[in-house]
Amino acid sequence: MSVLLIAEHNNKEVKPFTYNAITAASQIDQDLHVLVIGYNADEVTKSISQVPSLKKVIQVDNQIYENYIAENYTSAIIKQADNYSHIVCSANTFGKNLMPRVAALLDTSQVSDIIKVISSDTFLRPIYAGNAFATVKSNDPKKCVTIRPTSFDPAPTTGGSAEIIKADAADKTESTQFVKREEIKSDRPELGTARVVVSGGRGMQSGENFKLIQQVADKLNAAIGASRAAVDAGYITNDHQVGQTGKVVVPDLYIAVGISGAIQHLAGMKESKVIVAINKDGEAPIFSVADYGLEADLFEALPQFLTELNKLNTIQK
Amino acid sequence: MKILVAVKRVIDYNVQIRVKEDGSGVVTDNVKMSTNPPDDNAVEEAVKIKEAGKATEIVAITVGEEKAQETVRKALAVGADRGIHVKVDGVIEPLAVSKILQKVVEKEKPDLVFMGKQAIDDDCNQTGQMLAALLNWPQATFASKIEVKEKSLEVTREVDEGLETIEVNVPAIVTCDLRLNEPRYASLPNIMKAKKKPIEQINASDLGVDTNPRIEQIKVEEPPKRKAGIKVANVEELVQKLKNEAKVI
Ligand SMILES: Cc1cc2nc3c(=O)[nH]c(=O)nc-3n(C[C@H](O)[C@H](O)[C@H](O)COP(=O)(O)OP(=O)(O)OC[C@H]3O[C@@H](n4cnc5c(N)ncnc54)[C@H](O)[C@@H]3O)c2cc1C
Ligand SMILES: Nc1ncnc2c1ncn2[C@@H]1O[C@H](COP(=O)(O)O)[C@@H](O)[C@H]1O
Repeated sequence: MSVLLIAEHNNKEVKPFTYNAITAASQIDQDLHVLVIGYNADEVTKSISQVPSLKKVIQVDNQIYENYIAENYTSAIIKQADNYSHIVCSANTFGKNLMPRVAALLDTSQVSDIIKVISSDTFLRPIYAGNAFATVKSNDPKKCVTIRPTSFDPAPTTGGSAEIIKADAADKTESTQFVKREEIKSDRPELGTARVVVSGGRGMQSGENFKLIQQVADKLNAAIGASRAAVDAGYITNDHQVGQTGKVVVPDLYIAVGISGAIQHLAGMKESKVIVAINKDGEAPIFSVADYGLEADLFEALPQFLTELNKLNTIQK
Repeated sequence: MKILVAVKRVIDYNVQIRVKEDGSGVVTDNVKMSTNPPDDNAVEEAVKIKEAGKATEIVAITVGEEKAQETVRKALAVGADRGIHVKVDGVIEPLAVSKILQKVVEKEKPDLVFMGKQAIDDDCNQTGQMLAALLNWPQATFASKIEVKEKSLEVTREVDEGLETIEVNVPAIVTCDLRLNEPRYASLPNIMKAKKKPIEQINASDLGVDTNPRIEQIKVEEPPKRKAGIKVANVEELVQKLKNEAKVI
């Protein structure tokens, strides 16, 4: 048995969730190889090779992989697939887009979004927006698995020196062209990995009012999240959405402001260590998962919160 | 252009689901069922494209038990022209659904297949990508905007980093996000008219697709419950608790 993990990166840096996926993958089997598909991605390959638990890093480097196109990535993975019992990657938009395409070509029924490795063929995964957990056993000879990154700690990033092997590129699709990417750059911690997340919902009433969230987030060195309703209303961009159809976050502290707590939102945040809810409706379902609930008008509470934080001598970063 | 739209019948998104005591699954008896929400967006988008004169026919398809037809009827009531119901009982995995859809696509020869990005029951997020692979068609997943061009689509995709735009040649598979559009409601006259639109029934076994699950569901259980927290009286108390009790700030 050997496991092949598909690295996520931007040709310069490894995306952090790759390290969480490595932890899960090494629980499936110790013979773990990582595939880096990219263009001029030597630095990526080099950093990944330093993860102690890896046996091998396979690098497929070609201009056709400059942008991530699932069709092209899939062909490159299929070329390597013979040697592996498991092919795995993170269950974020990268892996969700890619892995089923690979699985179908291998005639494998994919196991999506696992939160626990029970054995090399049995996994725990949430269904119904996390309202039930299913233990599932894959009976396919080759297994394709995507991993919920926030359910596993990141692997150590230094100390190892896995062998690096170069492999040939595969065919390129003519049917899909990359046009552009609108990435929202910010100096804040990434939503997926931040220690603290402050999220706003429809209760914020406007994009302008998200300033109140920003100020608190700045003070706490937090990432900013949002409910789907806030994104739909145009208060904030889609990359901030937390929930069943957005991102899953598991910070030490999650502060939900003006968010009612629909099950689809809870699906993305209810594993957080400490949850705070600020809502003027005492009956809002968010209070049922909140460790600390504050029934208040957010337009009064947020400025007060900032004032109180300013009084503290130290704030954890 | 001809568009095939895949719609799945699932437990309504407003229902608080219950896990069966014997661990065999979730309770579905006497539970409200509806069309998987993003599949409504897929239907809506197809209808808009047809209204814009860029599509000639919309075929709605579902795979599932007898009652799954309701989702096809709903699609017919908002503008699909005819329906297909592939009958299968029991659990059916995305791989089998995609193989069934592949057979139907080979027969119907649509130019586009629209689907939801994720079914809210199994949360698999697989079927569209699998179908694209089996057909060797391009895929545009998690679409929040679609622009129809001569022989291609320009699709804006919602990804973790923000938005990405790709161009895919037709024929193509598109999986839709809820933000793609605002699905319309069916009017009463249209619901009546939809009753006369044809739905073709096919048995999955007649398509020669093996629908036996490859994944064994060993048990389904309730997730661990969070213990109820407390209400704080004011912001000062909140900050004190976070600092001294939870020690997170
Ligand atoms: C298939 C599907 C997938 C979905 N996926 C997601 C998802 O991934 N993420 C997600 O978040 N949602 C998702 N949703 C939407 C979800 O069902 C809810 O509609 C949404 O989460 C509601 O957002 P909200 O809490 O911001 O808005 P609302 O439900 O409108 O709540 C606003 C809250 O703000 C409070 N409020 C208003 N004014 C103030 C004030 N001045 N001070 C304090 N409190 C105030 C109100 O009391 C209320 O509780 C999904 C829905 C479907 C159907
Ligand atoms: N049984 C089914 N019948 C029709 N369409 C389906 C079925 N299962 C999945 N789909 C389509 O595939 C999408 C993704 O489903 P899933 O891969 O299960 O998350 C759904 O939104 C539907 O459009």
